Amino acid sequence: MLSVRNLSITFAMYEAGLRRRAITPIAGLDLDVRAGELLGVIGASGSGKSLLAHAVLGILPSNASAAGQIWFKGELLTPARQEALRGKEIALIPQSVGFLDPLMRVGRQVRRAAQLSGASSPVEAQRRIFERYGLRPQDARLYPFQLSGGMARRVLVSTAAVGQASLIIADEPTPGLHPEVVAETLRHMRELADEGRAVLLITHDVGAALTVADRIAVFYAGTTVEVAPVADFQGDGAALRHPYTRALWRALPQNEFISLPGAQPTPDDLPAGCLFAPRCPLATAECRAARPELRPVRGGWARCIHVES
Amino acid sequence: MVGAGFSMLDVSFTMLMLSFVIKKAARLAALLLMLSAVAFALVSLSPIDPVTAYVGADMLRVGPEQRARIAERWGLDDPPVERYLRWLGQVAQGDLGVSMIYRQPVIEVIGQRFLASLGLMGAAWLCSGVLGFALGVLAGGSAGSVFDRLVRWFAYVLASTPTFWLALLLLIVFSVELRWTPICCAMPAGIAPEDVTLAQRLHHLILPAATLSILGVANITLHTRQKLIAVLESDYALFARAQGETRWSLIRQHGLRNIALPAVTLQFASFSELFGGSVLAEQVFAYPGLGQAAVPAGLRGDVPLLLGIVLFSAVFVFTGNTLADLAYQLLDPRIRLAQLA
Repeated sequence: MLSVRNLSITFAMYEAGLRRRAITPIAGLDLDVRAGELLGVIGASGSGKSLLAHAVLGILPSNASAAGQIWFKGELLTPARQEALRGKEIALIPQSVGFLDPLMRVGRQVRRAAQLSGASSPVEAQRRIFERYGLRPQDARLYPFQLSGGMARRVLVSTAAVGQASLIIADEPTPGLHPEVVAETLRHMRELADEGRAVLLITHDVGAALTVADRIAVFYAGTTVEVAPVADFQGDGAALRHPYTRALWRALPQNEFISLPGAQPTPDDLPAGCLFAPRCPLATAECRAARPELRPVRGGWARCIHVES
Repeated sequence: MVGAGFSMLDVSFTMLMLSFVIKKAARLAALLLMLSAVAFALVSLSPIDPVTAYVGADMLRVGPEQRARIAERWGLDDPPVERYLRWLGQVAQGDLGVSMIYRQPVIEVIGQRFLASLGLMGAAWLCSGVLGFALGVLAGGSAGSVFDRLVRWFAYVLASTPTFWLALLLLIVFSVELRWTPICCAMPAGIAPEDVTLAQRLHHLILPAATLSILGVANITLHTRQKLIAVLESDYALFARAQGETRWSLIRQHGLRNIALPAVTLQFASFSELFGGSVLAEQVFAYPGLGQAAVPAGLRGDVPLLLGIVLFSAVFVFTGNTLADLAYQLLDPRIRLAQLA
C-alpha cells in the first residue's frame, strides 16, 4: 500500500545575520505497510515521527523540502498526486482536539470530512459513523471544547473513518489519556486495519503499539533502525535485531525497566557514522566511520553491521 | 425534559445579562463623573473668557457693566467647585443646560447634530468594516504575494495620513477639479431643509464619509490579515489541509469563522477613532454634525455645550466598547456556553 524509501526532510533556517542553515531531522527513513496491516511506528519524541505523517500527506511547512521516494498503491507520489489523495485515499487522525476548528460544531466538521472524501451523502455518513463509535446524535451539536477526552478521540477517529481512505495515519493518538480510553482508541485502530485498510500508528508508547500492531518500525534520530514483527518482542528480546530496539524493549516496566543512558542526537549535531553508535554497547571503530545500510535480517530489517543475517 | 432544560438556560442567561448590564452601568456612571470633573477643571483653567468670546465683534458696543451682568447671569463669578456641583445637580435631573452659542437647550443641539453625524459615521463605519475585512482576507490569504505587499503598503500609508489632509485632498480632486461632489455642507445652499431630496443629502455625504472610511480601513485590514495568517498556521488548519481542503476552501470553511469575531470586535472598539475623525472631517467639509459643534464650543467657551458633547461622546465610545464585549459573549460559543455551564 505505502512504501517509503530513503526519505529525508530538510528545513531551511535563518540564523542571526541572515545566514542560511539547513537542518535535516529526517534522513534515511524507510518503511512499508500493506493493506489490512497495522504498522506501529515508534521512537522517542524528536525522532521525526510526525514529520513522516506530514511528508506522506504532502503538508510539510513551506521551508521544508523532502527527498527520497514515497510510493502509494504502486504509484510514485508527487505533490499534485498527494493533493488529489489527501482526505480521500489517505486520512490523518491527529493528536488532540486542538486540531479541530474551535468554532465549528463537531458534527459539521465530520460532515465536511465526509464531503471532502467524496461521500454522496455527508449527513448520512456522519450519522452512521457517530453511531458506529458510540456518539449520540445530539453530540454532533457540541463544540470541540465541550468534548470529554474519550469523546474527542471518537470524533477524531470519525473524521478519518467516515471516508473510504485506504491508508490511515494516526499521529500519536493516545497522549495522556485514561487507560480505558487508550485501550478503546487502540481497538478502533485495529478495527480499521481489520476492515482492510492500511494503518500507520505513530506513537512513542511502545507498550501500546505492541498490543495492536502487526509489525513495528523503530525510528531513531530520523532514521529507521529496525522493522520487526510484533512476535519478536518477547522474553529478553533476543529475537530483535537492533541494539536500540532491544534497549527500548528492556526499558518497559514489565521487563527490566532499565532505561538507556544518554540522549538521541539532535538534527544539527549528528555523528558521522551510525547515529546510535555513541550510546551503543556494541559500537566499534567501523560503526563510527560510516552509516550502516538498512538490510533484511531474519524476516525483518535492521540498520546495524553487527547483526548477522 | 428538553423544554425544561431550555427554560432553565433562558433564566440563567437572563440573569447573566442582567448582571452584565448592572456592572456596565455602574462603570459608565463612574466614568462620566470623573470625565466631567476633569473636563470642567480644564475649561475653568482655560484662558478663554466666555463673555469676550460670546460678545465677539460687538465688543466695542458692550460696556464693562453689561459684561459684568452677563457674567453674573451665567454665574461665572462663583468659585469653580460650586459651579461644577451646581451643573452636576442639574445633570442629575436630566438638564444639561442651555448652549450659550446656539441659545438652545444642549440636549436639542446634541440631538440634531448627532443625527447628521450618525449618517456620516454609520456609512463610514460600514464601508471601512466591509472593505477592510475583504482586503485583509485577500491579503492574508495570499500572504507574501505582490497583492499582499500592495495592500500592506496602502494600509501603512493610510495609517499615517492625517484626516484633515486627506479631506482637503479629496476636496481638491473631486469638488474643485472634477466638480463631481459639492464643496461643503450637508445640503445645497438656498433650499429650505424640507425641500432637500435624499439624493442631494447622499451627494453631500459622499466625500466626508469616504474620508472617514478610507482612514478606518487601514486598521481593520492589517488586523484581519494578521489574524488570518495566524489561523492558517494553526493546528486545525493543518488538519483541514490533511483532509483535502485547499487554501481558499480552507479560508471559507475555517478562516472566516475564526477571524470574523475579532474583526467585529475591533470595529466596535473603533468608535473613538470614528468620533475623533468625524470632528476633523466635519470641520473641513463644514458638515453640520456633532464634531463641527464641538470646535466652536471649545473655542468660544460654551461650557454647557462642551461638557454635554464630552459626556455624549463618552457614552458613544462606551457603547461601542460594550457592544464589542457583548459580541464575544454572545457569539463565541466557548465563552457563551462556558458561562452557562
